[in-house]
Amino acid sequence: MTELILIAIGSAFVNNVVLSQFLGLCPFLGVSKKIETAAGMGAAVIFVITLASFMTSLTYRYILVPLNMEYMQTIAFILLIAALVQFVEMFLKKSIPALYASLGVYLPLITTNCAVLGVAIINVQKEYSILEGTVNGLATAVGFTIAIILMAGIREKMEFNDIPKSFQGFPIVLLTAGLMAIAFFGFSGLI
Amino acid sequence: MKPNSPIERISNGIIKENPTLVLLLGMCPTLAVTTSGMNGLGMGLTTAVILTMSNMIISMLRNVIPDKVRVPGYIVVVASFVTIVEFLLQAYIPSLYSALGIYIPLIVVNCIILGRAEAYAGKNKVAASIFDGIGMGLGFTLALTIIGVVRELIGAGQIFGVRIMPVSYEPVTIFILAPGAFFVLAFLIAVQNKLKVGSGRPNANGQTCAEEKCASCGHSAVCGGRIFDIGNKTEEEKGA
Repeated sequence: MTELILIAIGSAFVNNVVLSQFLGLCPFLGVSKKIETAAGMGAAVIFVITLASFMTSLTYRYILVPLNMEYMQTIAFILLIAALVQFVEMFLKKSIPALYASLGVYLPLITTNCAVLGVAIINVQKEYSILEGTVNGLATAVGFTIAIILMAGIREKMEFNDIPKSFQGFPIVLLTAGLMAIAFFGFSGLI
Repeated sequence: MKPNSPIERISNGIIKENPTLVLLLGMCPTLAVTTSGMNGLGMGLTTAVILTMSNMIISMLRNVIPDKVRVPGYIVVVASFVTIVEFLLQAYIPSLYSALGIYIPLIVVNCIILGRAEAYAGKNKVAASIFDGIGMGLGFTLALTIIGVVRELIGAGQIFGVRIMPVSYEPVTIFILAPGAFFVLAFLIAVQNKLKVGSGRPNANGQTCAEEKCASCGHSAVCGGRIFDIGNKTEEEKGA
């Protein structure tokens, strides 16, 4: 149990997926203009990454390893993730329309979110068990959500600031992300 | 210059539509592996090779792959090349392989590659697509090398491993850590804004997907300008 908690804190705060590992930067920079959309994206990411890290751990352990096909992991994982996202989208549309209405638009974008594939590969590299892999996935996604919502909050306030012309738009967002990354260094004493 | 000629394609990739500095695509590797000039150069060239090969194959298959399943089709092509290149690196350049680590398999989800497949290779002839891949690849390599050199110079006092700064220089270590990546890229883009080089970038005055600027983005097929808003205005804001 302690092991799992350590993995969770490590992935959510200490090695935050966006701010220290640079995974999932595209949505972090692209969908962080409003808290509402950022939260929607975060929820979709939590949902998909947790499911995907469970499925990829399962595939790796029970299909790729017995067949001695570990070298196929990149292709197998990306196809699995793409199929999974498609499946989740169809399932939500059919059975939970309310959830689909709030998460639906974000789902297809997640296929090309490098955090999903990244977590799957990290799970393999660190030789996590299926349970550990799933917890790692969940914690990573929670870390992503925390970062993107914080960023959206800052950007909403930033709208009212007087920013030098050359720094408007992307540069100021990157500077903010840099300062957040420094702040997240503070967590490195946790474990 | 004639459109779609080799020289036009290459200069377009390096300058006019530089994928990193102008189109702002492929941010993950841009920031993650540029801790030194050498790593930036290695990552850039690796991506350039994969981009050129996948552009070639996708352009060859453009009349074979049905439109509805084209994105999964592209992903399979790209993932195959990534796996091949990963093995080649592991065998012949193990130092680069271990320095880039997890970011090699992640080239599969690099928006530049899918973006070029979607925006260019899926619609154009083979030769033009190859040169488009080379141009975009070199543009990416150039941007990554610049960022890597700046970070290495400030963060370690070296360029490509050679000591440049005097011995009395105290390296600012934070520049080779995560925050430094954000700062250096922010300043590079700000400088470019000042020089107005990036005139092709969607700007705050509301060029959007509809005006074909995000045709080159890997997400354009599903996003259509509704979700991603890097410097773009959303639909409702435009209406307001």
